Amino acid sequence: MSVLRQFCAALVSVLLIAFAAPLAAQNADAPIQRLLQEHGEIIAKSSRRTIGPAIDALADSGLLEAQAVLERWQAKEMWFDKEAGLFVYAEEIDRHTIRAFDFADGTELGEFEDKGFKQLKPNSGIRGLIGAALVRFQLNDPNPSARAAALIAIERDADESHLAALRAVKETEDNPRLRERIDRLERILTIRFAEDDAERIAAIESFNGDLGVDVRAVLNPLVVTSLDAAKTLPNDPDVVGQVEYGTERLSAEDAYELLVTKELAVPRITRGDQKAALIANIDVDAVAGIEVASLNTVTARDMAYAALAREGAVEPAATAAEVAHAFDVYVFFERYRNASPAVAIAAQAVLTGIENKVALNQTIDLGLDALSLASIYFLAAIGLAITFGVMGVINMAHGEFIMMGAYTGYVVQLFIPDYTLSIMVAIPLAFAVTFGAGVAMERLVIRWLYHRPLETLLATFGISIALQQLAKNIFGTQARPLTAPGWLDGSLVFNDIVSISYIRIAIFVLALLFLALFLIVMNRTRLGLEVRAVTQNPRMAASMGINPDRINMLTFGFGSGIAGIAGVAIGLYAKVTSEMGSDYIVQSFMTVVVGGVGNIWGTLLGATMVGTMQKGIEWLNPSNTLAAQTYMILFIILFIQFRPKGIIALKGRAAEA
Amino acid sequence: MSTLLEVSGVSVSFDGFKAINNLTFQIGEAEMRAVIGPNGAGKTTFMDIVTGKTRPDEGRVLWGEKSQSLLSMSESQIAQAGVGRKFQRPTVFEDQTVAENLMLALKKKRSPFAVLNFRASRADRERVEELAGEIGLVAALGRKAGELSHGQKQWLEIGMLLAQGPRLLLVDEPAAGMTPAERELTTEILVEAAKTRAVVVVEHDMEFVRRLDCKVTVLHEGSVLAEGSIDHVTSNEAVIEVYLGR
Amino acid sequence: MTNVALDTAPARQPTFLLISNPSVLIFLACLAIFTLGVTVLAEGFGIGVISTSFVKTLGKTLCLCLVALAMDLVWGYCGILSLGHMAFFGIGGYAIGMWLMYARTEIIVVQSLSAAPLPPTTQEISDGIAAQIFGVVGASEFPPIWAVAHSLPLQLAAVVLVPGLLALVFGWLAFRSRVTGVYLSILTQAMTLALSLYLFQNDSGLRGNNGLSGLQNLPGLGDVPQSTVSIWFFWASALALGLGYLLCVWVVSGKFGSVIRAIRDDESRVRFLGYPVEAYKLFIFTITAVIAGIAGALYYPQAGIINPAEIAPIASIYLAVWVAIGGRGRLYGAVIGAAFVSLLSTYFTGGQAPDINLGFYTIQWVNWWTVLLGLSFVVVTLFAPKGLGGLFDFIASKRSPSRHGADLGPDAGALREKEAET
Repeated sequence: MSVLRQFCAALVSVLLIAFAAPLAAQNADAPIQRLLQEHGEIIAKSSRRTIGPAIDALADSGLLEAQAVLERWQAKEMWFDKEAGLFVYAEEIDRHTIRAFDFADGTELGEFEDKGFKQLKPNSGIRGLIGAALVRFQLNDPNPSARAAALIAIERDADESHLAALRAVKETEDNPRLRERIDRLERILTIRFAEDDAERIAAIESFNGDLGVDVRAVLNPLVVTSLDAAKTLPNDPDVVGQVEYGTERLSAEDAYELLVTKELAVPRITRGDQKAALIANIDVDAVAGIEVASLNTVTARDMAYAALAREGAVEPAATAAEVAHAFDVYVFFERYRNASPAVAIAAQAVLTGIENKVALNQTIDLGLDALSLASIYFLAAIGLAITFGVMGVINMAHGEFIMMGAYTGYVVQLFIPDYTLSIMVAIPLAFAVTFGAGVAMERLVIRWLYHRPLETLLATFGISIALQQLAKNIFGTQARPLTAPGWLDGSLVFNDIVSISYIRIAIFVLALLFLALFLIVMNRTRLGLEVRAVTQNPRMAASMGINPDRINMLTFGFGSGIAGIAGVAIGLYAKVTSEMGSDYIVQSFMTVVVGGVGNIWGTLLGATMVGTMQKGIEWLNPSNTLAAQTYMILFIILFIQFRPKGIIALKGRAAEA
Repeated sequence: MSTLLEVSGVSVSFDGFKAINNLTFQIGEAEMRAVIGPNGAGKTTFMDIVTGKTRPDEGRVLWGEKSQSLLSMSESQIAQAGVGRKFQRPTVFEDQTVAENLMLALKKKRSPFAVLNFRASRADRERVEELAGEIGLVAALGRKAGELSHGQKQWLEIGMLLAQGPRLLLVDEPAAGMTPAERELTTEILVEAAKTRAVVVVEHDMEFVRRLDCKVTVLHEGSVLAEGSIDHVTSNEAVIEVYLGR
Repeated sequence: MTNVALDTAPARQPTFLLISNPSVLIFLACLAIFTLGVTVLAEGFGIGVISTSFVKTLGKTLCLCLVALAMDLVWGYCGILSLGHMAFFGIGGYAIGMWLMYARTEIIVVQSLSAAPLPPTTQEISDGIAAQIFGVVGASEFPPIWAVAHSLPLQLAAVVLVPGLLALVFGWLAFRSRVTGVYLSILTQAMTLALSLYLFQNDSGLRGNNGLSGLQNLPGLGDVPQSTVSIWFFWASALALGLGYLLCVWVVSGKFGSVIRAIRDDESRVRFLGYPVEAYKLFIFTITAVIAGIAGALYYPQAGIINPAEIAPIASIYLAVWVAIGGRGRLYGAVIGAAFVSLLSTYFTGGQAPDINLGFYTIQWVNWWTVLLGLSFVVVTLFAPKGLGGLFDFIASKRSPSRHGADLGPDAGALREKEAET
């Protein structure tokens, strides 16, 4: 075979050399050119299936020029001189002219018409192969960034040859970070490609507890199992364990199907096939002597089919007894499919360890998610904690104040294109707008309804309905964007599993700021003192020179203003729609009520509880956030049964004040 | 005289503040008792405990011949057992007539289905009229309770309590905001009531208490400071200090 | 309060409900005349002046009046501002809708399978129906809650039992732990939200947000024209409203009415009178839920479709709006409010109302009606707490008593209770 190939190659070379006229200047005997000539035929054929040896030969030649050849070839800059029968690289000067160079030493050969040349256009498959071969050269590139690029290329699409290449450079790499990466990659490729089980197991075990996605990606295929059935559980090393049929892993239907495929049982007939067979065998108005009209039960059809089978008209199908017998006789089990048992077991052990660690990290990640949801709820609820919790005024339009804040942010962004600046403007403006709206509402409506909570509830519902529709009329029904500044894009990444987006961190920080603001205003300022005085005993406060009307107005405005700022924050996180307020209002009230009315720490606890619970339920049933919300609300309803006054309940006279 | 209500060793605290502290109190059948004490002495909390509104942290509240514990009963069960309560501010159903108010209070079956099928008999109507006579509101039977004067509302409320037929009547500051003439009538009603049942009157007004002419219990900081006739307690050093020393 | 047997003199002899409540006779007479008038004018049996779709609108309005009646009983008389009664209404609709959809699909499936060479088995019929009904949500099997959907009597029982049981359980939990006032309102709203969110899921077993449709077609009566069916339902709705009204009058008059109004005004005082307040509230909450369920079961066959959006909390808020605008604490007020506002809403949001061109802006009623409704609600709450029903008092020159106490909404009891205790 190799003799024949050498002969052919020699023949081609002879022929090629014989016609080599115009490029007399080119050195046809340079080692690289000879190598190319040797594989000239398959290079010219340019088929992905056969090109392998040519590329390998080039890559393994140890010639310095090989890298250049591969690069030129990949870049479609390699041409074949039809007359001289030599390979050159060339650049196109115009549509008909090329400037050719010698591969051996890079000397310019002159300009030629492209008629005598054939451009080699490797398809993407071949270019990929060339690229893989080139990686080996790039790993030795003096430029570290080129070496890093080569590693990325390998990570993306590794093949067996890379393993050797990596091992070759593993010791020589002097950049410690690259060396670390090479080492890791080498171990991963060892798991994938190494022949020796011991070597693979050692590599697998070296990844114990590693959270990298790449590790799991390489380990998971090793532990894939396939189902098998036998009369007794075989004692083979690759058998993982017995599987009960009729479970989630293996339904009874699938189990029987497996027996049929393994030719261990007679196939059952599906109802559909049975019906088709019966129909095909209808003789006037009977099937096998049974009247068609009577075939409206399963048992009648089974009987008719059995009768047909006896007549030999159809294949007999497994009876229920046969099926039951088959299930009695056979056991089902799993075998490792993709790796030898030892490797698979090692991989399974490491994977189990990793999965435990992953679960832990996922819990942490879930905790972060819950925390950020809790901050959202806290933001939405803190305004209510003031108007409802402190003043005892129930404001069902609170959600619409949140919406107003968000739309304020949207409108500001229409005028100020710089996102950072626009958010800086939007926050105080949203506060101002909703503060004004709150004050107006307090003066016009709520003031007349103090001490009539149900009527306040109704009137503010009316306002809520009107505001929502008004927003719809002005801004339309589609969601409006409120874009966060660029520096809030991206996430803080702890590892492959735990990460939190900056915007959530910002919302969390904002929630903490609001908590601080609330505490300072209520406990350290004159306004807070007067608010507390008025809520505890308005008459006494009035007699001491505090104007309760003014205080109520300001407090309500303050609560509403905070709702406005919360609206901007929520708008950054979610979309701005006219219904966004009503999405949060029930949860906000729940947060305040669960936490305990009249206590900001209660609201904080309530938000944490509601947020954690919602995330927890979502985690249990990730496909269904609607169900999560449903169950959360039900849980809260039950919770209120047992702690009607919330987590932090005020007792005694204070509770009734 | 047999004991109707026995409160022993009862304590209750709100957020660390001891509103009632190891209180012991007894009252027999057909006895009138006045409970006095400065603000925050625990008078109202004491009533709350007896009527089931507040659960004490410790102690016993026993009721009647069978010494039933009131602590495990709901407010409505306690009321049905025979404890009537009158609040500081008159609380009558202002949207309903005097007759309706009295009919509501009349001692009858209280379950929803019994009430749904209830039709007032002649005897019921006569009883309502009789009660109205006792509280001086016969002429006002058809009027809405909201139209009555403050004093009339107080009487209506007492009338409702009498209609309940309680064995123990807890009355919280009945004379507050009344004219002298109204007080006179109130005293009469209460003294009359105390002939057939136990009556506990919580009051600030010493003159009013003196006129009731009964045993007096002085509460201070959640426990009994002194007990005895009005003259006895007003001469007690500790009482004088508590009342006058401030 | 006009309809109270005791309000004149205690010496009067017990009398019959209707005679002691002349307004009931007036109401029933109005309802009868209205029913007769619509029947004569409609297409089904009369001269055809009123279109079938308008007959359906009127029939639906009667159902809304019935649920408003329930709302008035629970809120206006007993002081429980429930934001869950439209959920009970919807449950009633779903309960009857399940049978309507099942039975109609069954007829279609049986018909299509009858052409097959083999007679179908029961399993094939059931699979066929399931595939038809649940194809839209990608399922092909009956969820457990459809277990009795094939049976009209059982689904009719569900119309009454499911809202009743839900109200019983929810009410027992809520009243037991003394949740009152706005807390209770928010809790009922949360319940409603939970229910509607649940139904929005595709795997809720009730076709997710597609809801149940084609309910206007009565199974087996495909030949009967809609004009006739609509009159049948109109009659049924009118009958239900009449009976519901009688039931409500019976409940609110007499001592029971006196007790629940007392609970509304001062719950704790009633408790100290020895009445088990929770039992009364539970009774009212449950019975009104049942009425709401029946109203829903009559409404949705006329509407033709029910989906979870109908159950959303906003629907219950609108119910409160109707009752408030009509006038709480008087039964005819609820009926007037529901009829007036819902018909007006249909008119304005149906696109029939002419737009108002202001030159610089055109007011489109479809968009602005809701704003107006919301604001008018505020105005009614602030300036006319008695609602439209108050007009009747005004006309009859029946001045309400001047109150010596503080302003007394139905909810002020809680406040006074607090004052009483300090």
